[in-house]
Amino acid sequence: MSKNPEFVKFDKVDKSYDGKVLVVKDLQLDIAEGEFITMLGPSGSGKTTCLMMLAGFETPTHGEILLDGNIISNIPPHKRGIGMVFQNYALFPHMTVYENLAFPLRVRKVAKDEIDKKVDKALSMVSLNGFETRMPAQLSGGQQQRVAVARALVFDPAVVLMDEPLGALDKNLRESMQYEIKHIHESIGVTVVYVTHDQSEALTMSNRIAVFNDGKVQQLSNPAELYEKPVNSFVAEFIGENNTFNGEIVDIDKDKCKVKLDNSEILANPISVKSKGEKTTVSLRPERALINPSEKMDNMFTGKIEEVIYHGDHTRVRLNLLGSSEFILKVPNSTSNLELKVSQDINIGWNSVDARALDPK
Amino acid sequence: MSSETKQILTTDGIPLEVSLKKAEKKNKIKAFLLVAPLLLFLVITYIFPIGDMFMRSVDDRMVTNMLPKTFKAMEKWENLEELPPEEVYRGFYEDYKVLVEKQEHGKLGQRLNKEKNGFNTITKRLFRQIKRNKIDESISIKEQINKIHKRWRNVEFWLAIKRTAPPYTMAKYLKGMDMYVASDGSIAQVDEDRRIHRILWLRTLEIAFFVTLFSFFMGYPIAHLLATLPMKYSNLLMICVLLPFWTSLLVRTASWMILLQQQGVVNDFFVMIGLVGDDNRPEMMYNKVGTYVAMTQILLPFMVLPLYSVMKTISPSLMRAGKSLGGTPFVAFWKVYFPLTIPGIGAGCLLVFILAIGYYITPALVGGASGTLISNQIAFHMKTTLDWSFASAMGLMLLTGVLVIYWIYNKLVGVDNIKLG
Repeated sequence: MSKNPEFVKFDKVDKSYDGKVLVVKDLQLDIAEGEFITMLGPSGSGKTTCLMMLAGFETPTHGEILLDGNIISNIPPHKRGIGMVFQNYALFPHMTVYENLAFPLRVRKVAKDEIDKKVDKALSMVSLNGFETRMPAQLSGGQQQRVAVARALVFDPAVVLMDEPLGALDKNLRESMQYEIKHIHESIGVTVVYVTHDQSEALTMSNRIAVFNDGKVQQLSNPAELYEKPVNSFVAEFIGENNTFNGEIVDIDKDKCKVKLDNSEILANPISVKSKGEKTTVSLRPERALINPSEKMDNMFTGKIEEVIYHGDHTRVRLNLLGSSEFILKVPNSTSNLELKVSQDINIGWNSVDARALDPK
Repeated sequence: MSSETKQILTTDGIPLEVSLKKAEKKNKIKAFLLVAPLLLFLVITYIFPIGDMFMRSVDDRMVTNMLPKTFKAMEKWENLEELPPEEVYRGFYEDYKVLVEKQEHGKLGQRLNKEKNGFNTITKRLFRQIKRNKIDESISIKEQINKIHKRWRNVEFWLAIKRTAPPYTMAKYLKGMDMYVASDGSIAQVDEDRRIHRILWLRTLEIAFFVTLFSFFMGYPIAHLLATLPMKYSNLLMICVLLPFWTSLLVRTASWMILLQQQGVVNDFFVMIGLVGDDNRPEMMYNKVGTYVAMTQILLPFMVLPLYSVMKTISPSLMRAGKSLGGTPFVAFWKVYFPLTIPGIGAGCLLVFILAIGYYITPALVGGASGTLISNQIAFHMKTTLDWSFASAMGLMLLTGVLVIYWIYNKLVGVDNIKLG
């Protein structure tokens, strides 16, 4: 089966609700067949609007959405054949689990024994066999969630949309559901468009992540690249933790630049800066800075410990470094670093390649 | 959990249940005292009047109290084909003499006349004989009375007296259904041209049914709109729905009279747009049309409010889910949305139907002859004929009807499913 790299295509899509503010601006996004793509962003960034446009509950103000090469902007939702898992599950409270799952098949006039077979298969996929006669209110949150997933998949849709489906679950259940959904996706190869504001959810589940902010896709790449190589300071800030320094470029080379801070200078990796004199925000992941580095690193400074917070598997250390008291270090727990004490001075080092000079904040 | 129920003790050794009861006793007393005024109010204004109404509707002790000796003697009257024995005549004579002294004999005559036509004449004759002291108590009273009028020699009249003996009667209820107890004791129908109550009962049911139906078809979309519109508009619409509530019922009915009368606003408009000729204005008032229109408008909020409160709780994502799963908008509505509104429909319909079945002012004012309901008949007997026992009987029949409807509803939909708000 050859995969269509443009199975779902947003082509220059704009969306405005009131004619004054654009909620989605000039969206250009291709989703490949069988891909698990996540739209990640803060609330109000336009990600849910994109999903609603794809589902057919909202119409684009401008531009087209294509599904498998066909323009679907004028097709009503019930003819799109797109499965959807809603934020609050949206299970029909007056129907049993079986009836909920049979609903999409019954409206498609599928034969009775075929329905039984498909419902059974879908339920076993989410390991809920034997729950057919229960009402949704008799199920726990996690079980309702699984029913919702099964219902969105039971009629073999080409695309499944998930709108923050795990938002209402507690942390442990959320994590196990993440793996479960990921495994279901891998086993049946359906195209999934997933919306969330939870970055760890996005990182663990997706093939690719589209980070939304202000109606625009800020970065579209796979989870590792997104985390390791954010292209702008919003993405760097939004995904994971980072330490930032605001400064000005004083010297720039091909893969190194010198950034002048308030009262010192650091070396960084020029990503979105081009010339001397530009303002920049340097982003550094906390785990990339080391205490008393054994090897030679091109950024070496001394800082004073302000706070030590024990997190079990690691310890977070807040330092006063280079004029900022918000510098965070993540230290894996081992016997060697148990002597970290407040107001102690320590040596910190990092490589300039990990310090990414991005657009100024 | 262990299968055997072992008594659990508190640390002081008191059984847990006892301790719990003690702790909750104070709260229970407090709670009871809080609702006590309401309970008292209900007993005084609701249960007591209904009991009184019931007593009134079956009470027939007047004759029983007036003729104690007669009825005592009648216990020995065995052959009902023949005239009663001397003791009955004597008892009746003695009772009647007491009534004459108390000047209550006229009441008895009227009451017996209702039971059997012609009684008034013969009791008056008896009265005159007693006044003139023409009756000799030392000889057979039976013969003397039989001589007064030939009707006294007719066993039918004595049977009529016997029928009034029980202190309680169902006659008022039978009358409410256009039936009566015939002279032979069987239940018979009133002549066809005198059956008015049955028509009224049927008309009441018909009007209540159609008013409920109209309210439902008009209220459902309004309630849906109220539940789905943005706050700004839904508040305004809500005020429009509630506005009639804030206006006096009488004023609203009167304004319908202004609108619907033959020279009224609606008719003027019809003539203006050429729908009807000026000399051919349709009658929209003093008939069923007027009753339907005015009652539907007045009862509409009672349909809208329960529906609205139920629809408000239905998440819009359910309809979306229905559509995204492949249901057409109609299928999504019919299979998903509509079943979820049934509790509201049930509550609204029950409320409107029960209110409509006992409606009084509006049909009285705009109903005319063909648009009046059973409650108007009850009011007529309360105020005009002063037959309170008959009014009570019909009131209770109405109440029973409502309870039956409630029972049927409970069987069909389940009262637990009602949602009033």
